[in-house]
Amino acid sequence: MKIAVLIKQVPDTADERTLDPETGWLNRDAGDNIVDEINERALEVALQVKDKDKSTEIVVLAMGPDEASKAIRKALSMGADSGVHVLDDSLAGADAVRTAAVLAAALKGIGADVIVAGNESTDGRGGVVPAMVAEHLGLPLVGALSVIELSGGKVSGERQGEAGTLTVSAVLPAVVTVTERTAEARFPNFKGILTAKRKPVNTVSVADLGVQDPAARAVLVAHSPRPARVAGKKILDDGTAGTLLADYLIENRLV
Amino acid sequence: MSTILTLVELTHQGEVSASARGLLAAAASLGTPVAVVATPTPLSEDAISQLGALGATGIYQAVGAEAATVLGTPSVEALAGAVAALAPQAVLAANSVDGREIAARLAVRVGGALLADAVSLRTDGGQIVAEHSVFGGSYAVESTVEGGLAVITIRQGAIEGNAPAATPDVTTVELSGSGAGARIDAVNDAPVTSSRPELRAAKTVVSGGRGLGSKENFVLVEQLADALGAAVGASRAAVDAGFVPQTAQVGQTGVSVSPQLYIALGISGAIQHRAGMQTAKTIVAINKDGDSPIFDVADFGIVGDVFTVVPQLIEALGARAR
Ligand SMILES: Cc1cc2nc3c(=O)[nH]c(=O)nc-3n(C[C@H](O)[C@H](O)[C@H](O)COP(=O)(O)OP(=O)(O)OC[C@H]3O[C@@H](n4cnc5c(N)ncnc54)[C@H](O)[C@@H]3O)c2cc1C
Ligand SMILES: Nc1ncnc2c1ncn2[C@@H]1O[C@H](COP(=O)(O)O)[C@@H](O)[C@H]1O
Repeated sequence: MKIAVLIKQVPDTADERTLDPETGWLNRDAGDNIVDEINERALEVALQVKDKDKSTEIVVLAMGPDEASKAIRKALSMGADSGVHVLDDSLAGADAVRTAAVLAAALKGIGADVIVAGNESTDGRGGVVPAMVAEHLGLPLVGALSVIELSGGKVSGERQGEAGTLTVSAVLPAVVTVTERTAEARFPNFKGILTAKRKPVNTVSVADLGVQDPAARAVLVAHSPRPARVAGKKILDDGTAGTLLADYLIENRLV
Repeated sequence: MSTILTLVELTHQGEVSASARGLLAAAASLGTPVAVVATPTPLSEDAISQLGALGATGIYQAVGAEAATVLGTPSVEALAGAVAALAPQAVLAANSVDGREIAARLAVRVGGALLADAVSLRTDGGQIVAEHSVFGGSYAVESTVEGGLAVITIRQGAIEGNAPAATPDVTTVELSGSGAGARIDAVNDAPVTSSRPELRAAKTVVSGGRGLGSKENFVLVEQLADALGAAVGASRAAVDAGFVPQTAQVGQTGVSVSPQLYIALGISGAIQHRAGMQTAKTIVAINKDGDSPIFDVADFGIVGDVFTVVPQLIEALGARAR
């Protein structure tokens, strides 16, 4: 089985994240850029298939600036076999529709049996790119799985919805997204880090993929920071804090 | 006035989902709202009058058995049909697990673009502009669509109010019956256990973290919530530890809430948790550790033990009520 994993490099959620005051785009220089945690879990899903069946081939695909190659190396050190990096200055600020068109074009070249992605990214929180990719490729979308079983030419699992769960399945090829309830990702070991350097990464441009720009696009028209919250009153409980809090809530008409 | 389509989600029992109100209210502020739905059997009279009461001037229902057995595709087909028939100015869907996948697929299918997780919508010179609250409310961002249909997902609970009631015209079409896509093999609905308000829409939210220590102890959070008529939330650590279901998770990868009052019990206030609650009007925190970052955003912070402070608080509130 050939598995493609979509990985996105994002600013670490543990840092203060900012927008570029000029463009309103994500400021990539503000803190550390890492593989989005959810994508490490998506890769873990693929690696667990490979643990059981060594003939499994895992290709990671990322679209992003130069630095995204580090995210690909990280994935290779965890155990993926090869990487594809879509790198093109013209993609800066690309919206979800364009991102998906590009990823779909790259995936056509990869020819995977299953495409595994995160259910949503921590920077955009759109949760839309994999669905768009599925639509481009005419594949079933099996989204938001908290439990996943990938074998026998089929994917099945538990889909975590708003009002409970569904048991869902699809025959491969398919696009699958996983939630943060799937298995925690492994750490790269020493051997993994060494061999990652020798694994192939194919860097491609928009022209290489021959992908057309979608006619419609989302454009940013305004962006402004909101004032940060300031700390208020802080008291040390001397045995009366519960009563004082009740007074505070009542005075401020919060109850 | 331009037509605005709204994707109405149905529960597995065939009831109109709670997101319909906000979507129709947003649609009515932009143009003429039409509800679009994929359903295994034609909508009941009740559902039709309910959608009318929520402001739908038209209902476009695509009917076919696959609406109950195929994931998402029937709704994409219903919306694509309605887009072709009604030439809307925009399509609105809830930023729910189903809604956003359907919206995303529709945008590609009809050659539109997508604006994700809007918290408000307005028209400006004939164009629809969406406002987003990004990085946990640290920024307000506005966006619009150029060169094609605007497909917009709307954060649940963000839109208040109601559209004026209408008497909807109902258009019924058949689904293609292709049945392509992922299959729904079983529906395992969560048991309806709670009479508490819905987390996203609640005026007051009481959340508990790892500091509660166990599932048994987490009852304390529920007791305070019930004393305040509040919804129950949680940190990811509390969810991971199995104290509460994942649907209660507040934060970066959970629900974003903006209540009047947010009370954090035994929560350290990691940046990923704050991303989901720091736009609350008033924040109260109780934590043993005075250095916890939750106190940086709390209007009223108590350095203390939740197991002594909270029972006293419940007691004091009860005494006032008497
Ligand atoms: C990509 C990513 C996404 C994430 N998304 C989310 C998210 O959506 N939501 C979220 O919440 N987290 C999220 N996290 C996790 C986040 O980083 C923290 O790990 C988590 O919020 C910690 O939960 P906590 O505050 O309950 O636990 P802890 O950090 O362990 O804090 C427990 C607190 O309880 C206090 N305490 C203990 N006993 C008592 C007592 N008896 N009385 C009073 N106080 C007591 C302690 O002093 C401590 O401050 C995410 C992390 C990552 C990397
Ligand atoms: N630029 C990208 N490169 C690779 N994968 C991506 C990219 N953008 C989004 N994805 C994938 O789509 C998922 C959901 O992202 P989003 O729709 O942006 O919330 C991510 O977890 C990734 O798996």
